[in-house]
Amino acid sequence: MTTSRKPRIAVVKLASCDGCQLAFLGLGEKLLELASQVEIVHFAEAGPLGALTDLDITFIEGSVSTREDQDTVHSVRRQSRFLVTIGACATSGGIQALRNLSAGNLLSSVYPSPEYVDFLAHSTPVSSEVGVDLELWGCPVNGTQILTAIASLLFGAAPAAERDKVCLECKRRQIPCVMVAKGIPCLGPVTLTGCGALCPSFDRGCYGCYGPSENPETPSLARRFAGLGLLPDDIARRFLFVNSQAPAFLAEGRRWTKEDRHE
Amino acid sequence: MNERREIHVPILARVEGKGALDLTIRKDRLSEVRLRIFESPRLFEKILEGREFREVPDIVARICGICPAAYQLTSVSAIEAGFGLDPGPDIRRFRRILACGEWIASHSLHIHLLAAPDFLGYEDVMEWARHDPGPVRRGFHLHGLGNALLSLLGGRPVHPVGACVGGFHRFPMRPEIAALAGRIRDALPMASALVRWAAGLDYPASDRSFVSVALRTEEAYPMNEGRIVSTRGHDLTPSDFEGRIREFQVPHSTALHSLLEGDPYLVGPLARINLNWDRLPPEIMEDLRPFGLRFPSANMHHSLLARAIEIRYALAEALSLLEAPVPESPSFHSVTPRESTGIAATEAPRGILWHRYDIGEDGRIRRARIIPPTSQNQAMMESDLRVTLEREGFDRPDDSLRRLSERIVRNYDPCISCATHFLDLTVHREKG
Ligand code: SF4
Ligand code: SF4
Repeated sequence: MTTSRKPRIAVVKLASCDGCQLAFLGLGEKLLELASQVEIVHFAEAGPLGALTDLDITFIEGSVSTREDQDTVHSVRRQSRFLVTIGACATSGGIQALRNLSAGNLLSSVYPSPEYVDFLAHSTPVSSEVGVDLELWGCPVNGTQILTAIASLLFGAAPAAERDKVCLECKRRQIPCVMVAKGIPCLGPVTLTGCGALCPSFDRGCYGCYGPSENPETPSLARRFAGLGLLPDDIARRFLFVNSQAPAFLAEGRRWTKEDRHE
Repeated sequence: MNERREIHVPILARVEGKGALDLTIRKDRLSEVRLRIFESPRLFEKILEGREFREVPDIVARICGICPAAYQLTSVSAIEAGFGLDPGPDIRRFRRILACGEWIASHSLHIHLLAAPDFLGYEDVMEWARHDPGPVRRGFHLHGLGNALLSLLGGRPVHPVGACVGGFHRFPMRPEIAALAGRIRDALPMASALVRWAAGLDYPASDRSFVSVALRTEEAYPMNEGRIVSTRGHDLTPSDFEGRIREFQVPHSTALHSLLEGDPYLVGPLARINLNWDRLPPEIMEDLRPFGLRFPSANMHHSLLARAIEIRYALAEALSLLEAPVPESPSFHSVTPRESTGIAATEAPRGILWHRYDIGEDGRIRRARIIPPTSQNQAMMESDLRVTLEREGFDRPDDSLRRLSERIVRNYDPCISCATHFLDLTVHREKG
């Protein structure tokens, strides 16, 4: 260890389920190891509540859902060398961003006095407010993604460049294709790998929780779903799920949505 | 002493989700207790409308990363109840294993990372581990086994992918089951040691009567099914429950509060044991005897002990369920939707989780209603703060009052992410 100060790390939560923070809390012994290598300045669920200033890495879980969230994001951006989003909520707006697709009067149907409510009609990713240095996809992210990110940002290890599709992961692991073998619709051909092709290994189709892969050929996959007998609205709902606001999924979902559903 | 004192805990640390606490003391009385939940609502009931019934378990899981399996299990039971489908003993057995895994993981997390530092005088688990790594390691190990059970049935501990309406996408394979059963068998002495360790902690005295509410079944300790009973003599079906509790809005919270026929009530591990201690194997109670502890208990601090006991119970229960032969039958039933209202209640790690779905004949959700444990406990938490703080007295520095209050709140293991997803609520946010 050098005499220089330990890297300062924070974990900040916006609108979320807390599941991505568990990628830290579930590290077990490795959490203690991490705590000896870095200073965990702020991580409310684990205990530390230090001021969010002068940070090396800030991990953000959750989507921007209130004005206060917007303020938080801007202020941690100013105070952080690296800003890392963890999970679908922070990276694409998450499942709660499905409300973005509802008709505009949703807020008033929910709140009798919407003028008092600090609540934004849309749930948006952190990147809609500020620049983000690294986006970790997944709903949830896992511990390996977190540790790899810290190692590459702070200690110069090679970053994990996961750009492959779940589909390739199945081939690598010799998991029989659920779409070919059983006719189960699967988003594996257009979804980023990182989960180890979990759903196909459980005999079910991928539902896209790691978000779109690079160059996702969503139109041809959607046509394939139609060939399996899915109705347009069923196809739309496949793309409009955990990562509905990721541009590739949003565009494909909209193509198959009846006009009257969202306007 | 000042006439009027205000104490603020702007962010509650070591709880799940975002909450704050404001106390106002006037002439040695607590004039105001506000457990402010400012987690922003994610409107799950709204999101569910129009989705197909099959999508529900993967949607509701995302209400809470700490008890996603409980949401999945409650939703599939409610939907199956609406469709008149009985999943049968094999699927029930594997669902119980899934619930065991989540209880073990969630309780281990709460005991070691959130609550125990209060009892031992440490700031957090990191500091505790530096001084006394043994119990922390044991906690991590047990947490890991809970996660392994969740992964056995669903591939990962957070938002597992195995459960579906009608059963499981597939059952686990024999070699994986055998390997995990072996690890659990080896860990049983660790779980007993945890119970003895928890029994030996220094629990502040506290004795106030409160109403406990939990599920109860004919024979087993309740997990995924049962009638809803209370220490006041209630004995309700999950469907009747809706008519007896009243949920209401308070301006300082984005979660609803509930009362059972006008009274605050407790759900969760302590309430479960208070109503079901006769359903626990006698050897668990043996472990407590030397410490002079017994249940039912009116001491809320014993909820930590209740969690330790349930970890031990759930480990042994999971083991015996894993040891039964792997079924030859299919892992799921085919499901035909019909127009229906399906209701179910289960015991999530933090207590009763109640779901209701109104479904159309096309299998689409028309309306959903979810009552999570934390909103049920919220009225109890506030009344506990009031009673306990007044009894302990205010003649102490703010910081010590703050610590005491946080400790009271942590006894309930509030999960604020769960508590905040409601549709009909009014929020008056107070800035600053
Ligand atoms: S991305 Fe998924 S797991 Fe992570 S906080 Fe959001 S809902 Fe939870
Ligand atoms: S297969 Fe798809 S939905 Fe399943 S865990 Fe992997 S990325 Fe997520």
